[in-house]
Amino acid sequence: MSGMGKKEPKGVRLDHISKIYQNPKTGKDFYAVHDVELDIEPGSFVTLLGPSGCGKTTTLRMIAGFESPDEGEIYLGGEPINQLTPNKRDTAMVFQSYALFPHYNVFDNVAYGLKLRKMPREAIREKVTSILKLVELSDMEQRMTNQLSGGQQQRVALARALVVEPGVLLFDEPLSNLDAKLRVQMRTEIRRIQQALGITAIYVTHDQSEAMAISDNIILMKDGVIAQMGSPTEIYYHPNSEFVADFIGECNFLPCTVKGREGQDAVAEVNGIPVKVRSETDAAGGGAEIVLRPEAIEIAEQGMLPCTVELSCFMGSYQNYHVRVGDTLVKIADNCPIGKQVFRVGDQAAISFRSECAHLLKV
Amino acid sequence: MAQRQSASLDRKKLMADPIMMTTIVLLIAFLTLFILYPLAILLVDSMYGSKGLSFDTFTRIFQMRNFRTAITNTLKVGFVVGILSTLIGLLFAYVEVYVKMRKAVGGLFKVVSMLPVVSPPFVLSLSMIMLFGRAGLITRFALGIYDNNIYGYWGIVVVQTLTFFPVCYMMMKGLLKNIDPSMEEASRDMGASRWKVFTTVTLPLLLPGLGNAFLVTFIESIADFANPMIIGGSYDTLATTIYLQITGAMDKEGAAAMAVVLLCITLAMFAVQKYYLERKTAATLTGKASRVRMLIEDKSVTIPLTVLCSLAAVFVIMMYLCVPIGALFPTWGYKFTPLTFKWFEQVFTRYRGLQAFRDSFVLSLIAAPITALLSMIISYLVVKRKFRGKGFIEAVSILAMAVPGTVLGVGYIRGFANGLFHTGALSGLYGTGAILVIVFIVRSLPTGTRSGISALRQIDKSIEESAYDMGADSLKVFTSVTLPLIKDSFLSGLVTAFVRSITAISAIILLVTPSYLLITVQINEFAEKGAYSIACAFATILILITYGSVLLMNFIIKHFGTSRKVKEVE
Repeated sequence: MSGMGKKEPKGVRLDHISKIYQNPKTGKDFYAVHDVELDIEPGSFVTLLGPSGCGKTTTLRMIAGFESPDEGEIYLGGEPINQLTPNKRDTAMVFQSYALFPHYNVFDNVAYGLKLRKMPREAIREKVTSILKLVELSDMEQRMTNQLSGGQQQRVALARALVVEPGVLLFDEPLSNLDAKLRVQMRTEIRRIQQALGITAIYVTHDQSEAMAISDNIILMKDGVIAQMGSPTEIYYHPNSEFVADFIGECNFLPCTVKGREGQDAVAEVNGIPVKVRSETDAAGGGAEIVLRPEAIEIAEQGMLPCTVELSCFMGSYQNYHVRVGDTLVKIADNCPIGKQVFRVGDQAAISFRSECAHLLKV
Repeated sequence: MAQRQSASLDRKKLMADPIMMTTIVLLIAFLTLFILYPLAILLVDSMYGSKGLSFDTFTRIFQMRNFRTAITNTLKVGFVVGILSTLIGLLFAYVEVYVKMRKAVGGLFKVVSMLPVVSPPFVLSLSMIMLFGRAGLITRFALGIYDNNIYGYWGIVVVQTLTFFPVCYMMMKGLLKNIDPSMEEASRDMGASRWKVFTTVTLPLLLPGLGNAFLVTFIESIADFANPMIIGGSYDTLATTIYLQITGAMDKEGAAAMAVVLLCITLAMFAVQKYYLERKTAATLTGKASRVRMLIEDKSVTIPLTVLCSLAAVFVIMMYLCVPIGALFPTWGYKFTPLTFKWFEQVFTRYRGLQAFRDSFVLSLIAAPITALLSMIISYLVVKRKFRGKGFIEAVSILAMAVPGTVLGVGYIRGFANGLFHTGALSGLYGTGAILVIVFIVRSLPTGTRSGISALRQIDKSIEESAYDMGADSLKVFTSVTLPLIKDSFLSGLVTAFVRSITAISAIILLVTPSYLLITVQINEFAEKGAYSIACAFATILILITYGSVLLMNFIIKHFGTSRKVKEVE
C-alpha cells in the first residue's frame, strides 16, 4: 500500500450542469439532468442516490466524459474538463457489469491502464502486485476473468481502476450484480480501501442502505434535479421533502397543525392532541406533517396518540405493526419484541415518540 | 433549441481524436464514391441526356417487348422461388427443431445448409443440365427421355429454390428455437392436436418470419444472374436482359434505365423486409426458450418427415456431387468410362486455368482482409460510437445489401468508364484490377457488416468504455479490446469475403477486361458454350479452394480463436 495514493486526490465541481435528451416516443426534449450544482471535496466519498431515471448515472457519465453536458461546466481539480475526451480525463470508472476484458487474465486486466501510460515493465509488475494484494487477489494473477466469482471480478475491476491512481474514482452501481451478503461485504471493503488511499470517490447507487453505509455525503436526486444533499444522518433525520423521507428508509407522515413553540420544540396538534416535535425554525400556523421513522415509535397501552392495531406481524428482529391514528396509517417497527407486550389486530393501543426523533415538514 | 452545447462538445471531442476523424471521413468517402455514386449516376444517366431532363430512355425501354417480358418473368420466378424456398426451409427447420431424428439425418441437414455457402452460384444449374438435360444422366439414361427441355422457367425455379432454401432453413431454425415450448404445451394441454398446435400457435408466431424469409429469397432470386444465364435459355430475367443490353445491344443508357427499374424493385422489397417484417419478427419472437422442447417421437410423424427430408437432402447433395463427378467422365452423355483427369489437365494446358485461378485468387485475397477489416470498423462505429454521419454510414452499408450485382456492375461502367461524371477524372481506375477488388469489397461488405454488428452487440458497451476511460484512444480501444473480442467473427468475415469474392460473377462479368481471367467468368463462358465437362472441372477446383478455406478457418478458430480460451474454462 505504500506505493499508492502518492497523488493528491482531486475535487470535482459541477457548475450548473444540465443534460437534455429526446424522448424517443414523443420526440420531445427533456432534462435528464437539470441545473445540478455540486462541489465535491478532495478525498471525500460522495454518493449519487436516487430511483432509476433520476439522472445519477448520466451525471456520473458526464464526469467521466462519455456524455457531454448541454449546460454548465465540469471542473476536475479546478480545471475545466468539458472538452476533454474520456481518455484524457483523470478519472477511472468501476462499471456495473465490471467490464473486465475477457481476453486478458487478471494481471493483464489490471495492468492495462499502466501499459497505456508506457510505464516500465518492472514498475507495472510492482504496482499491479501491490494493488492485487490490497484487494486480496494476490494468488489469482494468472486466472482468466471468467474463472472468478462475481465478488472477485468486482475486486479486479476495482483494482484496475485504482492502479492508475486517478484523481477521482467513479463507481456506477458496482455492487448491483452481487448477492445481498457479498454486497454488504464489498461495500465495507470499498470504503476501507478508499479511506486507506484517501482518494476522491463518486458512487452511483439506487440502494439507500448502501449509500448510508459508505458515504461522507449523499446527493439524492429526483427527475434530474438534486432533491437534497447532506451527510447520511442529516438526510435520514432531516429530510426536506416527503420524497426524500420515503426514499431513505421507511417513513410515516402524520398530518398536523403547528400551534406554537416550547423551547427547542414546536408544538403540533394531531387530531386535536398536542405533541412535541424537535424544530428550530417552524413557527406557528399552517398545516404540516410530522415525519416519523417506524423504529422511533413506541407502542403501548397508554401513550401520546391513541390508535387501533390493523396488522401485527413477527419479523424476527422486530414486530411489525400497522396502526390507525385518526385517518392515518402508521407503520411501527418494535425492536426486539421478545418479552414485550404484543398487540393483536383490533386491539386499542397508543403510540409515543421522543421529540428529537420527529421532524416537521411544511405542506 | 438551437446549437446545443453537448453537440459542439461532442464535435470538439471528435476533433481531438484525429484517427477516429480520419477513419470516418475516409469511410464516408469510400461509401459515397463506390456505392452511392454508381447508383446515383444510373439515375442521372437514364433521366438526364443530351436533351436535358426527360423520361425518354424509360419510355423507350418500356416499349421493348423483351424488357416487359423480363419484368414479368423475374417477378414470376422470384415469387414462386420465394414461396417454395420458404416452405421447404420451414419443413427442414421444423423437422430439425421438433422431431426426434437420428444423428445422421442431422449431419445431412448440416451439409445441405453449408453447400450453397461454399459453392459458386451456378453449380446447381450445371448439375441440373447434366442430370436432367437433353443428355441428362437421369432423363436420358435412367428414364429414356430424349427431348427433356429444362431450359427456361422451371429450370430456373428448381435451381434457385434448391440454391436458396438453405438460407430460409437457417432463418426458420433460429426462429423456431426461440419459441418458448411452454406456449405450445399450454395449447396441447388444453386439448389441441399437434396439427392444431402448429396451425394455431406455431404458425401465427412464425408468420412475420416466414414473410421475412420469403422476401429475402425473393430479392436473392431477382438479383440472381448466374443461374438464369446458364439455365434460362431464352427465358430472360431482368439481370440477364440488362447484361445482354450492354454486351449484346451495346445500349448503355437503356441498360442504365433497366438497372434503375431492377434496383427500385429490390429496394422496395428490401424496405418492407427490413423496416416492417424484421421488426415484427423480433416483436413476436423475443427472448430465449425457457427450457428444452419435448421432441416428437410418434413414429407416424417422425418416419415420413425424416424420410422426406433425408431424400430431399440427399438429392441436393447429389446435385452438388454431380459437378466433380461430371468432370471425371470422358464425354458427358456419351462415354462414362474410364474415368479420366483429362478435363482437369485441359483446364491448365489449354484454357489458361493457372492464370484464371491466380487472378481470381490474388484479387480475392486482396479484397478479403480489406472487406473484413472495413466491416468490423463500420460495425464498431455503428454499434459503439456516437457521431454525426453515423446514420449515413449505417444506411449506405445496409443499402448495399439490396443492390443486385448486375445493377452495381452497370453503375460502375457508367460511373467510372469515362471517369467521374464522365469528366475523365479517376478514369484510370476502370479496367484495372483495383476496380475488381473494390467491387469484391462492396459486394461482401453488407454481409460482413451485418455479422460484425450482431457480434459487437453482444459485447457489453462498458468494456470498451472502460478501456477508453483508462486512457486508451480510439485506435487503441479498437485494436486492444474490440478486435480481439470479435476475432472469431473477424476471421469468419475474412473467409466469407474471400469465398464470396472468388465465387462472385454478377457485377464482375460486366467489368472484367481481357487482362484479367476470372474463374467464374470462365465457367460461365464454357457453360454457355455447352462445354460442361470443362466448366465442371473449373467449378470443382473452385469448390475445393473455397471448401479448403472454410475448413482452414474452422481449424484456426478452433485452435487459436478467442472463444477457445474463454470457453475452455466454462
